[in-house]
Amino acid sequence: MRAFDYIRAGSCKDALAEAETPGTAFIAGGTNLLDLMKHEVMTPARLVDISRLDLRGITLTDAGLRVGALVSNSDLAADPLVRRHWPLLSRALLAGASGQLRNKATTGGNLLQRTRCYYFYDTAMPCNKREPGSGCAAIGGFNRIHAILGASEACIATHPSDMAVALRALSAEVELLAPGGGRRQVPLAAFYRLPGDTPHVETVLEPGEMIAAVLLPPAEGGRQIYRKVRDRASYAFALVSVAACLRMEQGRIAAAALAFGGLAHMPWRSADVEGTLIGEVPSAALFDRAADLLLAEAKGQGDNDFKIPLARRTLAAVLAEATAEDTEGDRA
Amino acid sequence: MHVTLTINDTKHSLDLDPRTTLLDAIRSHAGLTGTKKGCDHGQCGACTVMVNGRRINSCLSLAVMHDGDAVTTIEGLGTPEALSPLQAAFLETDGFQCGYCTPGQICSATAMLEEIRAGWPSHVSETLDGPALPTEAEIAERMSGNLCRCSAYPNIVAAIRLAAAEREDAA
Repeated sequence: MRAFDYIRAGSCKDALAEAETPGTAFIAGGTNLLDLMKHEVMTPARLVDISRLDLRGITLTDAGLRVGALVSNSDLAADPLVRRHWPLLSRALLAGASGQLRNKATTGGNLLQRTRCYYFYDTAMPCNKREPGSGCAAIGGFNRIHAILGASEACIATHPSDMAVALRALSAEVELLAPGGGRRQVPLAAFYRLPGDTPHVETVLEPGEMIAAVLLPPAEGGRQIYRKVRDRASYAFALVSVAACLRMEQGRIAAAALAFGGLAHMPWRSADVEGTLIGEVPSAALFDRAADLLLAEAKGQGDNDFKIPLARRTLAAVLAEATAEDTEGDRA
Repeated sequence: MHVTLTINDTKHSLDLDPRTTLLDAIRSHAGLTGTKKGCDHGQCGACTVMVNGRRINSCLSLAVMHDGDAVTTIEGLGTPEALSPLQAAFLETDGFQCGYCTPGQICSATAMLEEIRAGWPSHVSETLDGPALPTEAEIAERMSGNLCRCSAYPNIVAAIRLAAAEREDAA
């Protein structure tokens, strides 16, 4: 690990002032950042420890649920309000990482975790995300875990978070604090960026900006499902995942929000897919049409070609479960 | 940097490079070598300790970030003369082969049983509103952050079930 200066922030204001110095990174749980620093994939000159800031609250407001950026993944998954009204979020969190990691990893850090592309981690290989302009070793290399949607010629990495996929389906927003004292709220939909020709720029965070909270709008009634497909039963990243919030009325789909993990550089959501489902009577043919729309632009890279039929089947299975009248499941 | 850690109820004042992980502080600076370094990347769980009662991977944490915290390692759970219930259960069911992952397994399981007691659900729980029970499937899921290269898993699960059952009987 490269040497760095360590600064413990006493307040958000302190932390933001410290972050104005170039080469500074915030650290909270550290479960991803320290791993990347050990590999020298990330080499910040200064670490500002924000783990003791007062950003740990989970509060119910008229506008929904406010989750402080430092709430651990464990605490968020086990929170009684989340379990009752946003079970999708609990399920997605519990499907990720291990018990030890969830105890340390934070809500804000989970959103900002980096891809697990093997070439991003391997400093002997080219990677446009790690070293802009150096090339992409995953294109034409081993790319079993890589993106089939929204990728570019510069980068085919996927976003690894399960939590972010649930938050995308739940139409969450992110509250950001700026060094000058500004505060802004960004929908998760607009928070992440596709790789394009700048895959090293992953979010719309400005230099020095800090995530203060995640905001969830009030839960809509209905069924919530998180289905994750992975190489082993536990403690593995998603190959494909589907987060669904779906409400039936008189045998027809009245509301549908669907987000997908493992497919792209960010949690994926498609208005076309949801639009084709709403107002319809569920059927295998309908689910197939939804998958056609989801995957119309899908492109395999060789090793990951299997993700295209896997995404189709996972979506169909989730929709069948979410629209069935007599199944057990989490209801908001 | 100066860091104070309370490890197993004993205060340790340490002078550390900021890069020192909590794991290296415990092993190389406080001299408590029961906690093991396996992968050093948070993948194997051999370094699991409890900080303020919660299990974490000590390899993925900076010691300076834990200034003032209370750490419990395998040495703090029991002694050869007075084993903790989980330590005794691992002996009873032969829950190891080489033993290298065992301190992490036992620290992890100790905290995991408290998580179950607190009603935390898991990925395999049928409902999110409990009650959480230490079944074989629940233990396998909740212990997935602790790998055993010898694959002693059946006896590890048996040890944890035994300790959980004994605690229920005692309660």
